Amino acid sequence: MTMLLPQDGSIPVPQPGAFSRNYWEGCAEHELRFQRCGQCNGATHTPAVLCAVCASPALEWERSAGIGEIYSWTVVWRPATPAFVVPYVPIVVTMAEGWHLLSALVGCEPEAAEIGMAVEVEFHRGAEGFTLPYFHPVEKLLPKA
Amino acid sequence: MSKHPFHDVAIVGVHNTRQARVLEGHDARSITMEGALGAISDAGLEPRDIDGVVGSLASDFLFQSRVGPAWRSLSPLGIPAVLEAAMAIGCGLASTVLVATGEAGSYRQHDSTAPWTRPTNEFVASYGMFTAAEFALMARRHMHMYGTTAESMAHVAATIRNNGHVNPEAVYFGKGPFTIDDILGSRMIADPFHLLECATTSEGATALVLTRADRVEDLAKPPVYILGGGTDYYGPAYQHPPVWDLGGNRRSDLVAGYVGRQAAEEAFAAAGIGPDDVDVCEFYDPFSFELIRQFEAFGFCGEGEGGDFVMSGVIEPGGRFPITTDGGTMSFSHGGASVQLFQRVVRGVQQIRGECVTGQVGGAEVAMSTGGGSGALFTDVLLLGKDRP
Repeated sequence: MTMLLPQDGSIPVPQPGAFSRNYWEGCAEHELRFQRCGQCNGATHTPAVLCAVCASPALEWERSAGIGEIYSWTVVWRPATPAFVVPYVPIVVTMAEGWHLLSALVGCEPEAAEIGMAVEVEFHRGAEGFTLPYFHPVEKLLPKA
Repeated sequence: MSKHPFHDVAIVGVHNTRQARVLEGHDARSITMEGALGAISDAGLEPRDIDGVVGSLASDFLFQSRVGPAWRSLSPLGIPAVLEAAMAIGCGLASTVLVATGEAGSYRQHDSTAPWTRPTNEFVASYGMFTAAEFALMARRHMHMYGTTAESMAHVAATIRNNGHVNPEAVYFGKGPFTIDDILGSRMIADPFHLLECATTSEGATALVLTRADRVEDLAKPPVYILGGGTDYYGPAYQHPPVWDLGGNRRSDLVAGYVGRQAAEEAFAAAGIGPDDVDVCEFYDPFSFELIRQFEAFGFCGEGEGGDFVMSGVIEPGGRFPITTDGGTMSFSHGGASVQLFQRVVRGVQQIRGECVTGQVGGAEVAMSTGGGSGALFTDVLLLGKDRP
C-alpha cells in the first residue's frame, strides 16, 4: 500500500515569468486561476497572451472551480532526479472549464489512477516555500461548464 | 511541370563514429570532428570541398579546416538541419554542406535521468517530468481511446532491439535477443513504458555531406536524393502539458497526438508517392509506442489500428515495412541530445545505397526517415530515394 503524497524534497520550483506570475500568486493564495477569452469564452492554460481556442488577445484571469477529471496519467518509478520520491503519478487533468493542466495525483494509491477519474485541486507548500497545485480523487463528477 | 524542390541536391556522404556508453578520452568537439571527417571521406571529398556547415560543432570544423568563409547555420537538429542544408544548396548559398554533431562526456552520473530528458519549464519540472513520462501520457491516452495493448508496444521494442542485437555497430550488440515477455518483464520506468521500451543513453557522433546534384559523378558512393520532407511543430518541447488533442485549430485532424501527419502529407506529395511505396521505415524510436503512432499519423494504417498493424508481421526484418533497422535509439545509439536525430537519416541513406551490414532491405528504393515524437510536440519526416526527383 503506497499512499501518494505531495513531494517534499528539494524539487525544482517554478520561476514565474511575466505571463505566469498571476497564476502562481493564485496558487500561493490557494486559488487555481486560468484565462478566459472575452471573445469566444474559451479557456486558456498555460498562461498566454492569445486565446488557445480563437487566438484573440481578449484574455481575462478567472478563478477555476478546481475540479476536473483525469485525461491521462503515468506512474513513474524511475525519478527524474533523486529529489523525487517514487512512485509518483503525473496526470493531465481536464478542468471543468475545459482547460488542461499538468499536475500529480495524491491522496490515493497509484493503482487507483484511471482516465475519467474525478479529481479536485489541493495546494501544497513545499520546496523553497513554493505552493504547487496537486489533485486528489473525489466521489463524483461535477457538471462541466 | 515545375522543378522538384530538391532536384539539385544529393546526399553523398554519411558517417557514424563508434557509438558507446562511454567514449573514453573524447569530448563533444573531438568526436564530432571524427564524424565530420568520416562523412567527408565517405563522400570521396576533401575538407577544402566544404563551403557550408550546419551545427554549432560543425562550425568548429569550419574554423579548424580554415576553409572559410563559408555559409553557416547553427540552430536546427536532425531532419530540419538536413533540409536546411539542402535548401542552402538549392538556393545557391553553398555547394557542398557538412552537417555534423556529436556528444561525449556530458552524462556520466546516472542518479538523475540524462540532462536532455529533463525539462526545466515552470509547468512541468516540479512534477518530476522527463521524456519517458511526457511520452507515457500520450501513449496512455491512445491505449484508452483505442485499446492499444502493452504487447503491441513491447513487440515494437523487441523488434528494434533485436535489430540492434545483430548489428555489430550497435552499442547493445549481442545483448538479446528479446521476446515480448522479456520487454514486459523489465522494470517499469513510467507506466506503460518498461525499461526496454525506452531510448538508451550513449555517446558518439554522426555527420552527413550534401552537394549539388550536378557534382555527384566523381564521388565515392552513389548519390541518395531527397524525395520530400516536412517538419511539424506545435511549439517548444517539454514546456506545456502533453495533451493528445492539443492543436487542431487549423485542421481538426492535426492534433498533437498525430504530429507528423502534415509533414508526411507534404513529403509524400512532393515525392508523388504514398505509404505503399515505402520500402523501409527508419522511424525514430524514443519509446515503443511512438512507432505505432507514426504508422497511424503517416497513413500506413487508420487511426487506432497501429497496434494491430505492428502485430501483423510487417515490421520485422523481411516484413513489408521493416522498422529502425540498425536498432535505433533503443539499441544502436542515443548519442547525446541530438546525434540520434540524424541517425535515422544516415541509416536511410545506407539502406538506399544497399550497404547495411545487417538489416539491409533488399532492393530498397524509398526510405522514410523520421525524428521527434508526440511527447515532444514535433515530428520531422524525410523521404529518401535512389532516383533523382
